[in-house]
Formats: sequence, structure tokens, C-alpha cells
Amino acid sequence: MILALTVGVVVAGAVYLLLQREMVRVVLGFVLLGHAANLVIMAAGGASRRGEPLGAEPDPALTADPLPQAFVLTAIVIAFSITMYMLALAVLGRRDDELARGDAADDDGPDGSGGPAGDESSAHDAPDVPARREEVAP
Amino acid sequence: MSGTLLPLLVAVPLVVGGLLVALPDRLLLGRLLLLGTTGGSTAAGAALVVSQLDGGVVAHRIGLWPAGIAIPFAADMLTALMLTVTGLLTTVCALFAIASGEAARRFFPPLVVVLTAGVNGALLTGDLFNLFVFIEVMLLPSYALLVMAAPRRGTTSRVAGARLYVTVNLLTSTIFLAGVGLLYGVTGSVNMADVAGAAQTDGRAAVAAAVCLLALSIKAAVVPVHGWLARAYPAASPAVTAMFSGLHTKVAIYAVYRIYAVVFGGDERWLWVGVLLFSATMVVGVLGAVGEGTTRSILAFHMVSQIGYILLGVALFGPLGLAAGIFYLLHHMIVKASLFLSTGAVEVRYGTHPLGAVRGIARTEPLVAVAFFAAALSLAGIPPFSGFVAKFSLVQAAVAEGQLAAAVVAVAVSLFTLLSMLKIWSAMFWGEPAAPGADPGSGGRASGPALGGADGARGAAPTAVATRTREETTAETDPRPASTPTATARPARRIGLALALPGVVLAVVTLGLGLGGQLLMSLAQVAAEGLLDPTPYLEAVTSS
Repeated sequence: MILALTVGVVVAGAVYLLLQREMVRVVLGFVLLGHAANLVIMAAGGASRRGEPLGAEPDPALTADPLPQAFVLTAIVIAFSITMYMLALAVLGRRDDELARGDAADDDGPDGSGGPAGDESSAHDAPDVPARREEVAP
Repeated sequence: MSGTLLPLLVAVPLVVGGLLVALPDRLLLGRLLLLGTTGGSTAAGAALVVSQLDGGVVAHRIGLWPAGIAIPFAADMLTALMLTVTGLLTTVCALFAIASGEAARRFFPPLVVVLTAGVNGALLTGDLFNLFVFIEVMLLPSYALLVMAAPRRGTTSRVAGARLYVTVNLLTSTIFLAGVGLLYGVTGSVNMADVAGAAQTDGRAAVAAAVCLLALSIKAAVVPVHGWLARAYPAASPAVTAMFSGLHTKVAIYAVYRIYAVVFGGDERWLWVGVLLFSATMVVGVLGAVGEGTTRSILAFHMVSQIGYILLGVALFGPLGLAAGIFYLLHHMIVKASLFLSTGAVEVRYGTHPLGAVRGIARTEPLVAVAFFAAALSLAGIPPFSGFVAKFSLVQAAVAEGQLAAAVVAVAVSLFTLLSMLKIWSAMFWGEPAAPGADPGSGGRASGPALGGADGARGAAPTAVATRTREETTAETDPRPASTPTATARPARRIGLALALPGVVLAVVTLGLGLGGQLLMSLAQVAAEGLLDPTPYLEAVTSS
């Protein structure tokens, strides 16, 4: 029961953070969500009715299930690596946080100030340029 | 092909990926290793197809650990067909990336090779938790490939598309993980053989498996959880978009087929949910494409629509429906990649523009135009291409199962698909080439309002866009003078043979599959048999 309540509270916090705009908060939300999923797996191993694997010859039916722990270990590694990657994205695209809301993903706008030109280096740039113009206009 | 060789499909790409990271960039050897690995994966898939014509299953427990502990790898006809086509697609997309110069970017070859390892693993594994792991192995290089295509400005980049993609996929992976955990809690195992039919008898297991299916549906972009796809995919480069379209959503679809066949045992009680959702997917996807203004976003929305078709096969759970769905899946992977590569070749040479800004390409680039036209007709389901066989058999199956509404939707949506394809065709390939002064390839790019105007496509909108770009071309200094030829070079062909060929090859494949549809259909029927009666697959998973 405590595990179930914990999962509920953690998921609630995760959802709140995921709905924020800043990338770093979203990342923190995913950290919480990952923990919640791991707790679900631990609970699935029957944590409430199994004890520690101590003693000379522990009974496998009564001691902690090792498989969910292995799952959680794998999941933690994966979640950790993706968290690091998302933090890198948060730094790499920090201008994206500041953009005016609206459709930022596929607006192709004119890009006068394009940086060093790659193949399509300016292909998706500068939906913010029209936005700035709007600010200037009035 | 014996089961002991199956782990090589994952191990070889991983080792090669490690080698490629160590190799210096821009080396010919790197590209050869890349093509060799993906080509080898294709060949192995084809060998598996040949060895399983009788419906057999090969399997292997990795490291020969006892069953239940070992990671089981199993390959039946469906797996073998998927391995072949995904390998073929990766190879062709890698060729395109080499031709467009993208493969010269740092770490491109190792990322694609690791991606192959993840896809192969996800297709081969007979264990839900390892499915999660391999999907992650597949996704991690994809994240990097997406960001690689992001435009740079100083130290920051526009990575909104990549952020969206990573966020959505991490969320769905977490949901999937929770579903696997719940299933483990109910059944005490995540091995396909142990959870077979569990959802049919136990309501709790059905809920747990449904959580898994929900996560896979988000990954496959089923309505109403499709919104991310059309926003994230156009953010990648053309080669990467084509690769993702053939691999990521399709691996999720494969998993949906497998899980519904094994864990639910094809339970008839829930099929109506599928028929409803997948019909809605067809309609919403095709209507969404109407409102889009660039070729790649149109094609991305069509992907949503086509995913409805593919999954309708599993909702018509029966020999006809499953075979039609599997045929559609394989056909769609090829055709969609062909379309993305043909329009991608135009994008690479002429720049990314709203529809209507680049016109009359058929005059200068006949090869690309023919490839696009063939693939577009195939997508819409016009004979003699494979799309006709796929759609015809699917509609036939829907009628046979009594789902007349779904059959009507499937036919009606085809018309809209054709309309949308003709919109691209007439705006981009057909008509007079733009006047030399208004050459949009030299840097100008229409902005937001013009993008909306391009929706009207064939009327006055293209000229409006062209005028606008002309103004902008003169108004701004060209940010990339070297990357595109000057306006006077307009009549000359810009797309080299190497860049055009990948799309052409896939278009030829779809023609071949249309003319020789019986061959693939008989293979799809063998695969459908394997899903209808999963006993051989499950026995192979446990006793290999």
C-alpha cells in the first residue's frame, strides 16, 4: 500500500513538472517518472510478501525476487543516459525556451543571420524573426 | 540458418559500431563497413525468409542460459520479412546519406549501425523486457541522428523537433516499462511463452498488456496520440526521416502485431476498439495532410494515415486480414522511404521550401520525378504497384470480416491520398520552372503567412510565394552562397545519379512487388499463419 501511494504521489509530481515549459523542469519530471516506473516494477516483484535473502540457505519462495531488481537496474541505466542527453539538449537549444509560443517546430522562416552554413543549416531556423517583427510593428 | 547465428544480427552491428567510433572520420572504410553491416543484415534476413518457407521457427537462448533467465531470440516468417525490409531500407538510406554528404558527418556511420542493432534486437527478442531494452538501443542513436540534422547558430541549435521526439519517446518508454512491470506482477514472467494467452483469461493481465499496447500505439502514432510524429519527423534531415519512417514506427507496429497475437491470443472481444481507432487514424492522418505546406510534413501526416491501414490488419484478426496487414506493412515501408528519398533529393539540392516555391522539377530531374510519381501512385493504391495489392487485399479482408464501414473508409481515404500526392506532384514537379530571377534555390525562403497561402497549391498561391521569395532573395544577403548553384544554372540537372538512385531503387521494388504480388503475399500468408497459431513460435522460445 505504501508503495502504491508513493508511486501515485511521485507520478503526480512528475506530471506537474512535465507540463512546465522549461526543458530542465521537463527533465526533472522524467527523473521522477522513471522512479515511479521502477517502484512499480519493484512492487511487481512482491516486495510486500518477500523478505531479505539472508541466511545460509534462503528459501527462493520467501526471499526477494531478483528479476525485477535486474529490470530496475537496466531501466535506471537507460533512464540515466537519456536524462543526461536531455540535459544536453536543454543546453544546446536554450534559445528554444525563450521562443514565443506557437508553432515552433516546422515554421520555415527567412533566416538572415544564419551561422556557418551546413547542408540545411538554416532550414528550420528563425520562426522568432517574424515574432520580433510583430513586436516592433506597433 | 540455424538459431545459434541469430545473436550475430545484434552482436555484429554493435561491434562494428564500436570500431567505427574509433576510426577517423571521412574514411572510405567507415562507409564500406556501414554498408557492409546493413547489407549483411539484409542478406541474413533474406536467408531467414528462405529457410522458413515451411513456417518453421528458429530460436536461440543467448549464452545458453536456462530458459526463463536467458534472453530468447526467435525468428519466424514475420520477423524474417521485417529483418529483410528494415535492412534493405537502412542500406538504401545510408546510400542516400553518402550521396548527400550527410554520412561524412562525425559519428553518422556508427549511429546508423547501432540503430540497426537495436532494430534487429527488437524484432528478434521473445521477451517483453528485452523488447523495451532493444527499443531503447534503437532510440538512443536516433536521438543523436535527429540533433545532428538540427540547424546550428553559434553554440546553440534549433532542437525543438529533437526535444519533442526525445520527450515523447521517453514518456512512452516509461509507460511501456510500467506495463511490463505490471504484467510481471500478474503473471510472474515477461517471456512471451509464459505470458501467452494471459490477457485472454485474466483481466488484470489484459490491463497490463493494454498499457504496453498503449505505449506502442503512441510510438506508432495511432490517433488520438499521433500528434508528435508530424512535428518531429520533418525536423530531421531527409535521409534520417526516411530511415525513421521505415524503422521506428514499424518496429512498434510489429510489436503490436506480436503482442496482440501472443498475449491476447487474438482475443475477439477487443477487436472493435482496433477497428474504430485505426479507421479514425486513416481519416485524421489524411485530413491532417491537407493542411500542411511542405512536402515532408505532408508525407509525415500520410504516414499517420497509412499506419491506420497497417494496423487495421491486426484488428481484422484472421488469415486474410493479418496477411493483408503484413503485406501492407512491408509495402508501406518501401514506398514511404522512396517518397521521402525522392522529395529529399529535391530538398538537398534545391533547399527546404513550402510547397509551390520550387516548381517544374520534372523538366530538369526526370528520374526523380518518375520515381516520385510511381511511389505516389503506389501509396494511393493504383495498379500495377504494390499499393494496389495491399489495399485490395485489405479491403477484401475487411468485407470478409463484415467490417464494411472500415472498408468504405479505406477506399475513401485512398482518394484523399491520391489528391494529396497530386498536390505535391503539381506544385513541385509539374508546370513551368520558376523564372530565373525567382530561383528559390538560392537562399530566399517564404515565411509563415506564405506557408498558409501555399495550401491552396495550384491556384495563384505558388506565384504569390514565388514573388515573395524573389523579394526576399533581393532583400537579404544569401547565407549560403556556395551550397547551391546560381540562378543561371537553372535548366541543368542538379540531382546526381547517386542521389536519385535510392528513391528509384525503392520505386522499382514497389513496382516489382505489385507485378509479382503473389510472391510476397504467399510469404505474408505464412507469417499470418504464425500469428494465428503462435504455438511453434512459443515452443521455439521455450525449448530452443
